[in-house]
Amino acid sequence: MPMLIRLSDGVFSQVQDDFVRLGDDEPVAGGDVIVSLGRLLSGDLVRAGGGRLGVWLEPEDEVEALAGRLDQVDLVALAFPKFRDGRAFTSARLLRERLGFAGEVRAVGDVLQDQAGFMVRCGFDAFSPADGSTVEAWAAAAGRHRHVYQRAADGRAPAFADRGSF
Amino acid sequence: MYRYDAVDRAVLADRAAEFRDQVRRRLSGELTEDQFKPLRLMNGLYLQLHAYMLRVAVPYGSLDPRQMRALADIARRFDRDYGHFTTRTNIQFNWIRLADAPEILDVLAAADLHAIQTSGNCIRNVTADPYAGAAADELEDPRVWCEAIRQWSSLHPEFSFLPRKFKIAVTASPHDRTAAKVHDIGLLLRRGRDGATGFEVIVGGGMGRTPYVGPTLKAFLPSDRLFSYLEAVLRVYNRHGRRDNIYKARIKILVAALGAEAFGREVEAEWEKIGSGGDLPGSEIARIRDSFTRPELADSPAPGDFEVRRAAEPAFARFVRNNLKAHKLPGYAIVDVSLKGFGETPGDITADQMDVVADLAERFGLDEIRSTHEQNLVLPHIRLADVHTVWKALDAARLATPNINLISDIIACPGLDYCALANARAICVAQDIARRFEAPDRAEAIGELKIKISGCINACGHHHVGHIGILGVDKKGEEFYQLTLGGSGAEDAAVGKMLGPALPIDRVTDAVEAIVDAYLLHRKDGERFLDTLRRTGDAPFREAVYADAH
Repeated sequence: MPMLIRLSDGVFSQVQDDFVRLGDDEPVAGGDVIVSLGRLLSGDLVRAGGGRLGVWLEPEDEVEALAGRLDQVDLVALAFPKFRDGRAFTSARLLRERLGFAGEVRAVGDVLQDQAGFMVRCGFDAFSPADGSTVEAWAAAAGRHRHVYQRAADGRAPAFADRGSF
Repeated sequence: MYRYDAVDRAVLADRAAEFRDQVRRRLSGELTEDQFKPLRLMNGLYLQLHAYMLRVAVPYGSLDPRQMRALADIARRFDRDYGHFTTRTNIQFNWIRLADAPEILDVLAAADLHAIQTSGNCIRNVTADPYAGAAADELEDPRVWCEAIRQWSSLHPEFSFLPRKFKIAVTASPHDRTAAKVHDIGLLLRRGRDGATGFEVIVGGGMGRTPYVGPTLKAFLPSDRLFSYLEAVLRVYNRHGRRDNIYKARIKILVAALGAEAFGREVEAEWEKIGSGGDLPGSEIARIRDSFTRPELADSPAPGDFEVRRAAEPAFARFVRNNLKAHKLPGYAIVDVSLKGFGETPGDITADQMDVVADLAERFGLDEIRSTHEQNLVLPHIRLADVHTVWKALDAARLATPNINLISDIIACPGLDYCALANARAICVAQDIARRFEAPDRAEAIGELKIKISGCINACGHHHVGHIGILGVDKKGEEFYQLTLGGSGAEDAAVGKMLGPALPIDRVTDAVEAIVDAYLLHRKDGERFLDTLRRTGDAPFREAVYADAH
């Protein structure tokens, strides 16, 4: 099983990834699966054998399409086909802040440690690094900045709140 | 100046440490150049034709003497004794070694300076009116908003990998000195009927290969709703801006494709969802406002012998006519420092000259220095009684060329002398034109005439908004130049129209002179070049430039 970095209660750890990505024409056989947004929306899925369900969104897939279905979903994987493609940052924030999704939001694709801080701030809590980052390197990169200037999905107090100006 | 607090300093220190680590990983081979490129770009480090170039942010064009001396120090220790002020009001160092970059960032951070987001597909340095806080015609100091935008946009978690770069301008004067209408977002401060401030919001202007004067998306945005609205615009752009073609990736293309009305509706819908939770608390705006040092301006200080010297010394009088602007208070003047000496590279400044400007700002200028998008500097608060002394010192340092807004006050990008993207040289074209019009009486007789030169279609030299724009193109390995007429980056913003076929380099200055002669022939009383052109159309100018080609 491939390894994954997970953020839980402020701690990064390396965990085993039990999810398997399922092609649109592959039958659901059991276990934890990730399916495409199209397959999820088509409604032909049943959770097989008590396995967990994840959905994979490409950057152009609108997270709003998941509204009303998120209670069926344990994981949303947001793809970075290239690390320069920043649409998934918006998708993650909307998932957390607007749709109130509390399950796993996983960064997949061209995922590099130099984006770790941004990803955490936008609400990602699982990372499948493409650059072979260790969990230590990932945690160091994500925790590098003592202060942030903006509100985001991670609930961190922005500088203006640190400054006691509320 | 905005005074950094412990939070602001920690952000710079952490960012410098992060970049030091990234450089280390690049030098050790852990990162490939391909992986390193976007990281170094987000810290303003470019790989140019001959060396690395570091672009240092001058946030909204404000510097104090200590910061100017830090820049001089960097020029001496890590570069070749000079720097280059850009059309983004930043400063570039052209001869940097990669291994020195982390130390330079530390030197910068020690002076509350940085290179954050001076490049990359993120929100760039904000442009402000260079006369902010001093201009007689401003509603309030726009830099408070610029600093708030600087903080909000710094290392923004959602908007650091946009489809393309993103530039915001803020002005609070009816006379626009920021080129706001050719920015991705232009914010024009207005006062509402109830006296509260707000912004006219222009979105989707730009230059590059597809120039647009931006449409007004919102006629009056209450200023306390600014940040939720910016978030809405940026979010719609981040989601829907094109990513398949970098030449069609700026927000202007999205706005033009959807139409301003449809784009505006999307923004409004998103804005409503964000709500006031996306706004900065009023107390934070107040804190930022209070963190700006108040220059201790005296109440109508005596002008000393200003008028006597002006009457007695023609060279001083000329400087006063061209390089002084009205200050909001009697007894003071705004002094423009020209970085357009004849034969010099527009925007270049030596380390020694930086020290001179720093000294003058400290002794006479209440510690304030500004950089302008037209690649000059400004001392915004000089007592009239001190103007002569300041002029003498500037003149001794070759910084007093009396040519602000005149034909030799040319904007030029670095062009093929430095830039990996350029098709043609820009600097030598600027130098040649400036020399042709060196005679000061003639230049003053011609009056306001803005020439802007870009060495490629990316338009860093703002040629689209030049009264005369000059664009370098490559024709089968030879440098040619296309002329455009009628552009403006001011409140009457317009994109220039191409005059005719491109010219070889040795005909450009002659063509400019032919245009000027045609203007002088056709102008009516009190008309600027742009006024005459708008009245006559470009036929007389086309005739003048291309007549001998028939």
